[in-house]
Order: sequence, then structure tokens, then C-alpha cells
Amino acid sequence: MNPIFLFFHKTGSPPWFYKYSGKLIPWLWAVFLALTVYGLYLGLVVAPADYQQGESVRIMYLHVPSAWMSMMIYGLMAIMGFIALVWRIRIMEVLVISSAPVGAAFTAIALITGSLWGRPTWGTYWVWDARLTSELVLLFLYFGVIALYNSFDEPRKAARAASLMSIVGAINLPIIYFSVEWWNTLHQGSSMGSDGPGIHPSMLLPLLLMATATKFFYGANLLSRARLTLLKQDHRKRWVQDLLSKESH
Amino acid sequence: MSKQATGTAFVALLRRDFLLAYRRRAELLQPLVFLLVVVTLFPLGVGPSPTLLANIAPGVIWIAALLATVLSLDSLFRSDFEDGTLEQMVLSGQSLALIALARTVAHWLVAGLPIVLLSPLLAMWMNLPDEGLLILIESLAIGTPVLSLIGAIGGALTVSLKRGGQLLSLLVFPLYVPLLILATSAVSSAVVDLPYTGQLGLMVSGLIASLTLAPFATAAALKLSLS
Repeated sequence: MNPIFLFFHKTGSPPWFYKYSGKLIPWLWAVFLALTVYGLYLGLVVAPADYQQGESVRIMYLHVPSAWMSMMIYGLMAIMGFIALVWRIRIMEVLVISSAPVGAAFTAIALITGSLWGRPTWGTYWVWDARLTSELVLLFLYFGVIALYNSFDEPRKAARAASLMSIVGAINLPIIYFSVEWWNTLHQGSSMGSDGPGIHPSMLLPLLLMATATKFFYGANLLSRARLTLLKQDHRKRWVQDLLSKESH
Repeated sequence: MSKQATGTAFVALLRRDFLLAYRRRAELLQPLVFLLVVVTLFPLGVGPSPTLLANIAPGVIWIAALLATVLSLDSLFRSDFEDGTLEQMVLSGQSLALIALARTVAHWLVAGLPIVLLSPLLAMWMNLPDEGLLILIESLAIGTPVLSLIGAIGGALTVSLKRGGQLLSLLVFPLYVPLLILATSAVSSAVVDLPYTGQLGLMVSGLIASLTLAPFATAAALKLSLS
């Protein structure tokens, strides 16, 4: 067999996935912890306070990476959902539905940290600003995918429905984003514009470290969730039985 | 499959849906009565001040239209699913996207178009200035087909669930956000004599995009629900 096809075939098989993701997860957690500790140290201790926003600017080191993750995960769900629907790869279905809670959590963190930051800076916890609103709509899109998945009895059908919904949502997401942007804008301009970041290196480094750390967190969390889902779905299958009997010895 | 057979199937489906709709007249009236009741609640809730009502009129009418549409979407594929007609349609060999499109067009004609026709009455109740009336009708005429097309995806996804109605609204309301923003902004702009063609143009592009893409998503969702 062609080595590339062999690779896909292997990765798509639950026992193979279970075995190797288990080996990968500790490393992902380790990198995440190292990056987070260093990033938070730089962000919370070393980096200077902002001359306008004061100490509250430090919320950014959690807020901005979470907001990036919230959008990236939804995009990934759509891509994985597409692969799951077209090539019927079960691992991908499992990855889609395992991504949804992580993405929803990042969205919620971005919203909560944003509103905590808004109180001292804008003087209010919530305004109907474009980015806040589209982030809230994104949270509802996540809730929709999760609710749809939970409504079906049959897990594979549920995962395929959730995959389809995330594709539809992802096509709409940019439209929602721009329409809301156009509707009302009060938010800070992006710190990472196309003409280079408008932010000092001492603040940029912890931000980028945290942005990388969140990706490892997502990877580790996603794989752990996917493994659990696979075990639950396949608990009567041979490979899980073998695994259990091996562990009990 | 010849072109003619496809066209014949489309027309046959439309005729069947109209006949079914006609036999279930009372059921079709419910979302429209709901629309009228929801709009009536607003003056009662916020007070009868004509200027306040005029300010919120585009939003209130459009939100009522969204709610009424979602209410009627739950039954879009349900009876066909329950009595097995949907399965026969899938087995017929005709393109499922085309079947979904026919069903959606029929839905718009019996559920969306009446909203457009009722809108002058709603505008009068909400004291919408005359400058906005025509644009309100136009925005509804462009927008309600999009509501049906996008909503059909949600209806197809939830058709095999026992309690799909609540889930359906959770699925489709976030997708309606751009349309709501554009439509209400067009009407509000027209009232204060600002240009509104940009918003209407974007809505038309949304209509074209959903007309060409949504039936395929609906077809995929139907196939999934039947599997």
C-alpha cells in the first residue's frame, strides 16, 4: 500500500489512535505547562503595566489567546467535520465532538475575561460592541453543535450531524463577524495588525507564549477527550476488551 | 436523468406541497397569528409612545418574522419523515438537493410570503414612518426566503428528533444574525433618508448564496437524518 494511504488508514483506526495519542498526551501537557508558567511569569511579573490601562492590561495574556483559540477551534471543527463527512473517518467525527466543549470553554473565558477587563477600562461589564457580540454569537454556535450532538441517541449519527452543523456555522461565521463589525464597533483595534504588531516586545513575547501554550492545551485536552469517547463507544469491541484485560494483569 | 424529468419532479413536488398546505390551512395560520400577537405585545410592553414605537419598529417586526418562521420550520420535513415519504423521495433517484429546494420554495410561499403581505399592517401598528414602509416590504421580500433556506438546514437536521423544535431555534437563530442586522439597518436608514441600497444589495447576495448552497446542506442533513 502507498505509504501515505497507509498512514491515513492507520491513523483512522481507533486502536492505533488510542495507543499513540496516549504516548503524545504527556508531552503536550508538559509543553503546555512549561510555556504557561514562563508566559504567565513574563506577563504578570516582568511585563510593564500599560500607561493607560494600568495593571488590568495583564488580563490580555489570557483574554487574547482564548479569543484566538475560540475562533481557531471552530474553524478546525469545520475542517475535521468536512473530512469526517466526506471520507467517513470515525476518528475525525470523534475529534469534532471532542473539540466543541474545549472551544466553548475558550469562548466563555474570552467573554468573561473581556468583561472583567471592560469594567475598569470602559466602565461597564458589557457593551454591545462588535467583537463582544460576535464572540457571544460564536458561543451560541458552539452550544448549538453540542446540543445537537447530545440530542441523538446514536453516537455516530450525532457526530455526523454535529459535523454538518459546524460546517454550516463556519461558513456563516465570517459573515456574522463582518456584519456585526459593521453594525457597531467600539473594541480596541487589534494588537496584531497587518502592518506589524503595535505592541512592545516585552508584552508581545508573553502574549505569543500564551497563544502557543493554549494550542498545546487544546491538543492535550482534545486527545484525552477523544480517547475517552472512543473507549465509551467501543466498550464492547475486541480492542478495548484486550486493553482492559492487559491493564488488569 | 433528463432535464425534463428533473423539472417535472420539481413542479410535481411544489403542487403536492401546495395541496397539502391547502388541506392544513388552520395549521398554516398559526405562525401568522403568532406574528401578530408578538408584535402586539411590544406596544403593551414598552408603552404606546409613537416615537418610541417608530424607533424600534424595524427590529420588532423583523424579530417577530424570525420567530414566526422558526415556528413553522419545525413541521417543514416532519410529516414527510414520519410517514416515510421522505425515504421514498430519497429512493426516487432525483437529486435530493432539488427536492429540498422544492420543499423550501413551497415553505416560503405559504409561510414567508404571508409575512411580507402582512407587513404593512405591522408597520402601521408600530407607527413606522411612511418612508420606511416600502423598504420594510422589500427587505422582508428578500430576507424571508433566506430565512426559509437556512432554516431548512436546521429543520432537516432535527427532523428525526422527538423534540426538535427548541433545538432548531438554538441552531438557526445565530445564523440569522447578519440578515437581521442588514434588514433593520436598511429600514432605519430609509426612515432617516440615508442610503440603504448597500444593505439591500448585501441581502440579495445573501439570498443568492443561500439559494445555491443551502439546498445541498439540507440534502446532506436529510440523508443523515434518514440513515
